[in-house]
Amino acid sequence: MEAITIHKGTTIPLMNNNIDTDQIIPKQFLKNILKVGYGQHLFHDWRFLDDGTPNPDFILNKEERKNATILISGDNFGCGSSREHAAWALKDWGFKIIIAGGYSDIFFMNCTKNGILPIILPQSVRNTLAQLAPDDEITVDLPQQKVICRDNVYSFEIDATWKQKFIDGIDDIELTLKQEEKIRNFEKNMPVFE
Amino acid sequence: MGKTLFDKLWEKHVVSGEEGEPQLIYVDLHLVHEVTSPQAFEGLRTNKRTVRRPDRTFATMDHNVPTKDIFNIKDQISRKQIETLRANCKEFGLRLADMGNEDQGIVHVIGPQLGLTQPGEIVVCGDSHTATHGAFGSIAFGIGTSEVEHVLATQTIWQLKPKTMGIHLYGKLQEGVAAKDIIMALIAQNGVDFGTGYAVEFFGETVKQLSMENRMTICNMAIEGGAKMGMMRPDQTTFDYLKGRKYAPKNMDKAIEYWKQFYTDDVADYDTVIEFDVSTLAPYVSWGTNPSMAVPVNATLPKITDMNVQRAYDYMDLKPSIKATDIPIQWIFIGSCTNGRLADIQEAARVMKGHHIAKNVTAWIVPGSRTVKNEAEKLGLDQIFKDAGCEWREPGCSACLAMNPDKIPAGIHCASTTNRNFEGRQGKDARTHLASPAMVAAAAIHGHFIDIRQEEAI
Repeated sequence: MEAITIHKGTTIPLMNNNIDTDQIIPKQFLKNILKVGYGQHLFHDWRFLDDGTPNPDFILNKEERKNATILISGDNFGCGSSREHAAWALKDWGFKIIIAGGYSDIFFMNCTKNGILPIILPQSVRNTLAQLAPDDEITVDLPQQKVICRDNVYSFEIDATWKQKFIDGIDDIELTLKQEEKIRNFEKNMPVFE
Repeated sequence: MGKTLFDKLWEKHVVSGEEGEPQLIYVDLHLVHEVTSPQAFEGLRTNKRTVRRPDRTFATMDHNVPTKDIFNIKDQISRKQIETLRANCKEFGLRLADMGNEDQGIVHVIGPQLGLTQPGEIVVCGDSHTATHGAFGSIAFGIGTSEVEHVLATQTIWQLKPKTMGIHLYGKLQEGVAAKDIIMALIAQNGVDFGTGYAVEFFGETVKQLSMENRMTICNMAIEGGAKMGMMRPDQTTFDYLKGRKYAPKNMDKAIEYWKQFYTDDVADYDTVIEFDVSTLAPYVSWGTNPSMAVPVNATLPKITDMNVQRAYDYMDLKPSIKATDIPIQWIFIGSCTNGRLADIQEAARVMKGHHIAKNVTAWIVPGSRTVKNEAEKLGLDQIFKDAGCEWREPGCSACLAMNPDKIPAGIHCASTTNRNFEGRQGKDARTHLASPAMVAAAAIHGHFIDIRQEEAI
């Protein structure tokens, strides 16, 4: 997993509440057996018109927003289906940070496994960030837990363990396998009903 | 201070770590399906890892399965995904309920039906509707594919202990009002994220009276209120349901004695409590593009209050102030992990019996598993549906998420017993209206929703 410490980038606002994972990556793109290549289908039904051409009104299609790495959104981002393809698609498109009012629990966990930092900030701050011009950069400082936008500094909360995981970019299966003895002991003592 | 059902279950499964930080939790049952597992198996192969407990892992195919001509998957990519699961199960030595197998079906229908789902367990699956299994008094939740890989390799998962919410259901449901209406009303009144960060337990007199099928419907949709876990105390109804099932314990007495320790000591032990009187509930119908956008069937649709509501009305091509019963229905779907069990099919058949669906309506009935299909046919329910003009199909996820050939056409209003009315969920530009099996069956007959409380004699 790619580590995140301090990230500087431009933004895309998509301010609807409750953006569900069916919108982030529709089901017809879940049939692949690989982890890559989903970026081209990100927000497919919003991004493309019925004839398959890009919807010029949709913000992800704006030329001046093409290099944005920070997504600003509403409440309850990533609700619905558990599909990790949503995180893979956001990552593949180039997003490294999401700033929303909240996240579904499963989507949040999927972000922690893929090096996408999900930050929670209040609506007033997000509304300010949503006004940024396409080339306005903001800085996300994870060690300091701060989002810096020009002269304004906004603090955010994050669980200490998840924070360290983002900073280290570690694979947790390797970590867990080091606990083999504890797992074996647990299994020895657990009740089994035949 | 006592403990909640959730606390007791959690405590029993901590392998390592302290409260307040992510803890390593042991998984008793890992259910696997074809969509969210291929990358996990690939990860195992790349890192030369094995499946730690094949005996605690069970796989099936459901999302991609066609419900007509099931052995002829025309979509090459779908077929590849199915074949990949088959090959992975063989390579890693996993049990698989393959297409056509009598145990095959929607993963959340077959887990309980086979007695794999049991009280006191931690159950995970790469699917958000895993909450269903909490109806048995287990902690059950959906996980992403990276977590699937982690569970396959280690039989454990890192989780931050959520807070607990108790939802007290009391009162007697009116005739014609279903378990589906309870959970739909809860979400309509509390929003789609009221349960985020919580493990939710449904408790109270109403819960005690519900069948396991109805309990599963409620826990299934806990996720639509943001709670990745919904659960209920195991009781005699639970034990009676499990007795004699394929993978249930043979020595039930010993198991029941263990299971009986899992209950909440006192209402005060929950971090938060919602009181909910079900006696005044009407059947619910969704009008918008998330499950909280729903109203009692006898109500008018709400005013436009913000851009989210406006957007929903635009997508659904509806206007505020019309009645829920005015929504034209051109398609109906009965099935899914929410309402695809035998009791749901029976309920729909009871309403449908002796009637014919309206002229302009297409009706698909999709049993949740092959066993449900076989049992329904033994009862002659398939004939009732066929006589009414419905299509009786093969088991699978079908048009609940439409990643198989079953899609609702663009612009069509579909009354559906499923769980999500998101934009495009049942097909691009399809318009989903969630409701109970009886309500959906009645909508098929009339071509619009009716208040089935007043028309039980339809």
